[in-house]
Amino acid sequence: MLKQLECSRAIAETIARCRPQVVCAYPITPQTHIVEALSELVRDGSLSPCEYINVESETSALSVALGASATGARAYTATASQGALHMAEVIYNVAGLGLPVVMTLGNRAVGAPINIWNDHSDAMALKDAGWIQLFARDAQESLDLHVLAFRLAEELSVPVMVCVDGFVLTHSVEPLDVPSQEAVDRFLPPYQPVQVLDPADPVSIGAMVGPEAFTEVRYLAHHKQLQVLTRLPELAAELAQLIGRPSGALLHPYRLDGAETIVVAMGSVTGTIEVAIDELRAAGLAIGAVALCAFRPFPLAALAEALADARRVVVIERNLAPGLGGALASNVRMALRGRAIPVHTVIAGLGGRPVTRAALRPVFESAARDALDDLVFLDLDNAAIDRELARSGERRRSGPAAENLLRDARRPR
Amino acid sequence: MSQTVRFYQTATFTVGNRLLDPARRTVQASAERANAITSGHRACQGCGEALGARYVLDAAMRATGGDLVAVNATGCLEVFTTPSPQTAWQLPWLHSLFGNAAAVATGVAAALRVQGKRTRVIAQGGDGGTTDIGFGCLSGMFERNDDVLYVCYDNEGYMNTGVQRSSATPPAARTATTPVIGPEGGNVFGTGKSLPLIAMAHRLPYVATATVADLHDLEAKVTRAMTVHGARYLHVLVPCPLGWGHPTDETIQMSRLAIECGVFPVFEAVNGEVERATPIRRRQPIEAYLRPQKRFAHLFAGDAVDPRVARLQALADDNIRRFGIGGPP
Amino acid sequence: MLEIRIHGRGGQGVVTAAELLSLAAFREGQYAQAFPSFGSERMGAPVTSFCRLDAEPIRLREPIDRPDVIVIQDPTLLASHDVLAGLSTDGWLLVNSSRGFAELGLADWVAQFRPGRARCVPASELARQHLGRPLPNAALLGGLAGLTGAVGIDSITSAIRERFAGAVGERNSAAATAAFTLSRTEPVPC
Repeated sequence: MLKQLECSRAIAETIARCRPQVVCAYPITPQTHIVEALSELVRDGSLSPCEYINVESETSALSVALGASATGARAYTATASQGALHMAEVIYNVAGLGLPVVMTLGNRAVGAPINIWNDHSDAMALKDAGWIQLFARDAQESLDLHVLAFRLAEELSVPVMVCVDGFVLTHSVEPLDVPSQEAVDRFLPPYQPVQVLDPADPVSIGAMVGPEAFTEVRYLAHHKQLQVLTRLPELAAELAQLIGRPSGALLHPYRLDGAETIVVAMGSVTGTIEVAIDELRAAGLAIGAVALCAFRPFPLAALAEALADARRVVVIERNLAPGLGGALASNVRMALRGRAIPVHTVIAGLGGRPVTRAALRPVFESAARDALDDLVFLDLDNAAIDRELARSGERRRSGPAAENLLRDARRPR
Repeated sequence: MSQTVRFYQTATFTVGNRLLDPARRTVQASAERANAITSGHRACQGCGEALGARYVLDAAMRATGGDLVAVNATGCLEVFTTPSPQTAWQLPWLHSLFGNAAAVATGVAAALRVQGKRTRVIAQGGDGGTTDIGFGCLSGMFERNDDVLYVCYDNEGYMNTGVQRSSATPPAARTATTPVIGPEGGNVFGTGKSLPLIAMAHRLPYVATATVADLHDLEAKVTRAMTVHGARYLHVLVPCPLGWGHPTDETIQMSRLAIECGVFPVFEAVNGEVERATPIRRRQPIEAYLRPQKRFAHLFAGDAVDPRVARLQALADDNIRRFGIGGPP
Repeated sequence: MLEIRIHGRGGQGVVTAAELLSLAAFREGQYAQAFPSFGSERMGAPVTSFCRLDAEPIRLREPIDRPDVIVIQDPTLLASHDVLAGLSTDGWLLVNSSRGFAELGLADWVAQFRPGRARCVPASELARQHLGRPLPNAALLGGLAGLTGAVGIDSITSAIRERFAGAVGERNSAAATAAFTLSRTEPVPC
């Protein structure tokens, strides 16, 4: 049933319906509303039985989830940005141990410079830790992906990170349908651990593995991730039946029929991209889009198929790999191996800079004319860059670049 | 007929179990002991930590009827008990990372609670994993009063990685990162922290210190700890023949000397107040403790005695005064 | 699609205003997307919130640069911030003020608006009257309903009551209704 809700609140209500038994949280913008709402739901008895633990750092947050999961309890936590990096060691540990923890990542830029606004650098920093990474393209999908996440995680014994654009989605108030308890219960059976700490049947979990077996253990992790490529669509279909609407996929195609230029992106920016696509289609441009939902595992075959008839691809990247360009674009190029079509990397929306139709349209039009550079920074203030480069070229002690650029930005011209 | 017996142990000879009422014998003396760590592990000869962990866990297994889960930090104990594909552990055991054992244990305890189980939880780690890298998680577990007994096996350094200095390393001790070079070689004075005192500052329901030299005392403290719920801390001194540079058959002797010269006060504290401190039976000068250890050899080079020995004596005297454990000199 | 932008300071309920507006629109069967300008919590700092209303689901995820409607909850912002950016004279402007556009230095510009599309409403005074404190957001929502007709006043007051129980909800509804009535009164007060 649709209700006008803040997305974070709706995520919390959805998580509650998934019946987690241990929820632990350390607050960080922009995830705070989720964990606050969960604490209310536990306190007022809506989510019960559940242990809600206020931890003293993100390292502890995920460690508590790890311990709980290894003891047979369904565990959940949420973080973003600096917090995700703080718990990075534990993130690898959870995946390596094969524990089905589900975590919301409220995508936020990673400093320095410190920045509380949305981009994907936190998710990108952890993309190869062995977690399944799903990106929500809108607020409704951010709810549904959590339900899918618990089922996927527990079935495969692989932890899942649900990526929800910080502020842009987390703090949006809009009509949302929280899946009913009945539907979730039918979709999500109680957690049956593959390994569990049980005095009646003791096991040792977390032993050292040397060169003689490490590769095999890692191969199995890769193998498990690949199962997601078949299971995610199947589970999404099963959930869709229960909740009466589509609920997630490896990727979402948009107006690909006859599209010569295809835009690939992840997360909330796809909404704005679709509006731009509609406007350009109306003007006669053969353009379409693909919103990737699964980033890990990367759906090489599904994407290659979606891009089969493209003459060129434009990747909107909400992150930056300094010295290279884009992480998403590199993965997209993998899907296109063997095909010599241009793949443009458009670095956009870093640190929460809005990605607007007005900025995107000329980029798409340029691409369609084959007049777009390989690597483009959307809305880059070239004059400010030139001034800063001149400044730092003049003298050694030119000061923090960030401060110089901020002062520059505020100076009247 | 009641039996009040006071024991005096000489060197490593454990005396008197045969003379004791069976009910008062140690867990280790029993053929029914759990052997939570069984034989075949890869610890060094004379390892104090292997001894300490065996004592602690078997006592805890008896106190809980075997309904126990252990969470282990990275370190010597974890490494020598789980040389893959083997494990020496005969209870459910989880190793995650170096610095998060206390937080993982919190999660285990939470899961057990939500499942309505009464299984108890022990978290354990060396001094490095406890006083240094695990400090934040530990304080969080303490502050929340999570139902976990945390046991620190303190061998005063990062031994597994090659004997580097930790915040538990005593002043003047030689380690690989506090080498004996320059006028004042070895670890610096005026550094370090007392985890037992810090634990007390969290007003935990139970904090205690113990060593492998007094088995009865150690087992009694573990047993008592398991009668309490909430966050509890046990700090066990476990000499390391490799890192301390003493003969492998003098591990227990070293522990006894640490107690008798005042370097390691043995006490129990409840809700932040010392309840009972064990008086030193036969006071020893600090030299008796330092001389047998190669990590302090530079203090006795040639005929002279380094002035830092007197400073170490003063620190020991201060412990004795502070805990009121002065015995006859 | 109608795009509304609300300006005020932290503590004046700017974010809640956008949410309540979206809730009111939802009750009428409209699609509504409300979101704040994002930043750390800080009382007294400038805050902007946004609301989009449409008959269709809203896919756009960008800030509102060219609003159809601007609501100024705190006119002191007019002096220091470009809070009117992007509003054309085809739009609507609602300012929380008992002084009038002339005193605010906006008379010439506002004169270019279509009749009845720019108003001042003494929302803080109405709030003091009905709530006992100058929290103007509810009153301004009533004024917005009157000014634009984008949502009905009954939807506004229902949304307020849904969000705030008991006396708080009632008093805020009263303030909104009073402002609504004022905003529909001829002649134009400002």
